[in-house]
Amino acid sequence: MSHYVPPKQSKLSQLLDVIVLVTLTVGALFVPLWLNMAGSSKSVAAPVASPTWEALGQNAVQAAQYEALGYTPETAHDLILSRFDYSFTAGALIVMIVVIVAYYFLMLKFSESEYREVISEKFGDN
Amino acid sequence: MTDFDITSAERDGMGPHGTKVGLLRVLGPAHVWALGVGIVLVGEYMGWNFAVGKGGAYAALMACWFAGILYTCVAMIDSEVTSTVAAAGGQYTQAKHIVGPLMAFNVGLYLVFAYTMLEAANAITAGYLISVVATMTGYTGELDQRPFIILVIMFLAWLNYRGVLATLTFNLVITAIAFCAIIVLFLSTSGILGGGIMQHAALFEGHELPYGWIGVLAAMHFGLWYYLGIEGTTQAAEEVRSPARALPFGTLAGIMTLLIAATLTWYVCSGVLPWEFLGDGVNGSVAPLFDTARLSGSNALIWFLGFGTLFATLASANGCINDASRAWFAMGRDKYLPAWFGAVHPKYRTPYRSIIFLVPIALIFALGAPLDQVITFSILSGLLEYTFMPLNIILFRRKWPMGSIKRGYEHPFHPLPAIVLLTICAITFFAVFLGYGTQLVAMIGFYIVVSLWFHFWRYRFVDRGAQFTMPWPKPQGY
Repeated sequence: MSHYVPPKQSKLSQLLDVIVLVTLTVGALFVPLWLNMAGSSKSVAAPVASPTWEALGQNAVQAAQYEALGYTPETAHDLILSRFDYSFTAGALIVMIVVIVAYYFLMLKFSESEYREVISEKFGDN
Repeated sequence: MTDFDITSAERDGMGPHGTKVGLLRVLGPAHVWALGVGIVLVGEYMGWNFAVGKGGAYAALMACWFAGILYTCVAMIDSEVTSTVAAAGGQYTQAKHIVGPLMAFNVGLYLVFAYTMLEAANAITAGYLISVVATMTGYTGELDQRPFIILVIMFLAWLNYRGVLATLTFNLVITAIAFCAIIVLFLSTSGILGGGIMQHAALFEGHELPYGWIGVLAAMHFGLWYYLGIEGTTQAAEEVRSPARALPFGTLAGIMTLLIAATLTWYVCSGVLPWEFLGDGVNGSVAPLFDTARLSGSNALIWFLGFGTLFATLASANGCINDASRAWFAMGRDKYLPAWFGAVHPKYRTPYRSIIFLVPIALIFALGAPLDQVITFSILSGLLEYTFMPLNIILFRRKWPMGSIKRGYEHPFHPLPAIVLLTICAITFFAVFLGYGTQLVAMIGFYIVVSLWFHFWRYRFVDRGAQFTMPWPKPQGY
C-alpha cells in the first residue's frame, strides 16, 4: 500500500471544524431542553387538599425529620407526593435498542476499515 | 514477544510523536489515586441521591452495589489495557490501537464530554454551597451563584495551566480531607462514637420500594454517579513516573476507596433524611452529606462536611479539567481534531490550549442547563464509554494473545469481567431510557452525526501509519 499523505488543513478550515463540533455538542444537550422533550419531570397524581403529615403518608419519625429540615406539610406537599412515570411503549423501547445497536455497528464497521489501513501502512501488507 | 519498557524515558510526553517538548513525568501512585478518587468522590457528596428519588433508598443501595460491580470490572479491564498502552488520552489511545480511528474519535469525545459535564455539575454545586454558607452566616438576600461558578472554573483552569504536579498534589490534599469527612460523619452519627442518630427502619417504613422493582432498575441510572470518572486515572499515563506500577495500583486502590465511601454515604444519609427529600437533588437535598450533618446538631460536623463538600467539588472539577484537556490534546496531536490543540506549553509542560479552549464549553453548560440534565449528559457519555470497554478488551486479547506483548498488569477471569460489564451496561441503558429516553436518543444521534462527519471529512487529515505508536507486533488476523 502506498503511503497516505494527508492534505494540509488551512487555519480557516480548522476553525470551521471546531465550530461544527461545538455547535453539535451544544445542540445535543440544549435542543431537547428547548423543545421541552427532556425527561425526568415528576408530577403529583393525587394532590391532598389540606395536607397533614398523616395525609402525606409520613409517620412520626419522618414528620420530625421534615420539621427539622424546616418543612411544614404544606411546603413538603409536592416534594413528598411527586412521582416519576415509568410507563413506556414497546415501540419506544425498540427504537432505543435499534439506535444503540446501529450506532455500535456503524462504529465498529467503519473503524475496522480504517484500522486495516492503519495496520497496512504500519506493518505493510504481508 | 516484544520486550518494551513503558517507563522508558524515550517515551516521555510527545517524544514518540516526533516533537521535542512533552508532558512532564512527575506523578506517583498517590497522584493517580487522587486523580481518580478526586474526580469521583463528589458523587458521594451530590448526585448519587437522584438514585433514591428514582426508586427509594433500598433501590439506591442495590444500584450502588451493582454499579460497584460495573466499576470493578471497568477498573480491572482498564488497568490491564492502560498499563500496556501508556499514553495521554487513556481509553482514546487504547481504542486507536485496538479497535480503530473512528472508535477512538468517539471514545475521545465520550471522555471530553463526560468530564466537561461533570466539571460543570461540580461548579453548579460549588455555587449552591457558597449560597448556603452565605445564608448560614446571615445573608438574607438571594445570592447570585453565577460569579462563583465562573470563578471556580477559571481558578482551576489556571491551576491546570500552570502544571500537573501542583494540580494533582492539590487534589491529593483536598480529596483526602473530603474522604476523612465522610468517615468522621459515619463514626459520629452511627453510634460508634457517641450517640447514634440513625433511624433506618422508621424512615423506610411504608416506603421500602416506592416504585416496586422497576424503581430498582431506574435507580441504576444515577447509581453510576457513585463512581463515575474512576477510569480517568488513565489520562495520567504520560505523566506518571512508572505507568506499569502506578496506574493499576492507583486505579484499584481508588475503586476500593470509593466502594467504602459509597456504602457509608448511603448508610448515613438514608438513616437520617426522608427518602423523598433525599431523592430530590434539585428541590430537596442538593448536598446530602452536608444535609445529614445539619441534622446531626453538631456545628463542627456541619463545617467539616461543608468544607468536605466544597473540597470534593473542587477536586472533581480540577481532575475533570485535567482529564478532558488530555483527551482533547491527544486528539489534536493525532489530528482527529485541529492540530492546534496538540501543543504543549514550553515552560509548564501542560496541554494549555486544550485547557483554555474547554473553559467556555464548561461555562456554557454550568450556566445554562439544570443540574440533573448536566449529570445525565455526563453519565450517558460515561455509559457509552463503558460499553466500549468490553469490546476493547476482547479485541485486545484476541489481537495480542497473552505472551505476545508485555503487559503491565493482567486482569483475572477474562472474559467474565467483560461479559458482566456488558450486561450491566445494557441494564443501565434501560434505566436511562425510563427517565431520559429523549436525551439518550439525542445523544446517540449526536454521536452518529459526528461519526459520519469524522469518517467522511475529518479523517482525511489523519496520517494513517502514525496512528499506531506502540512497538507491538502486527495484530493477529491482519
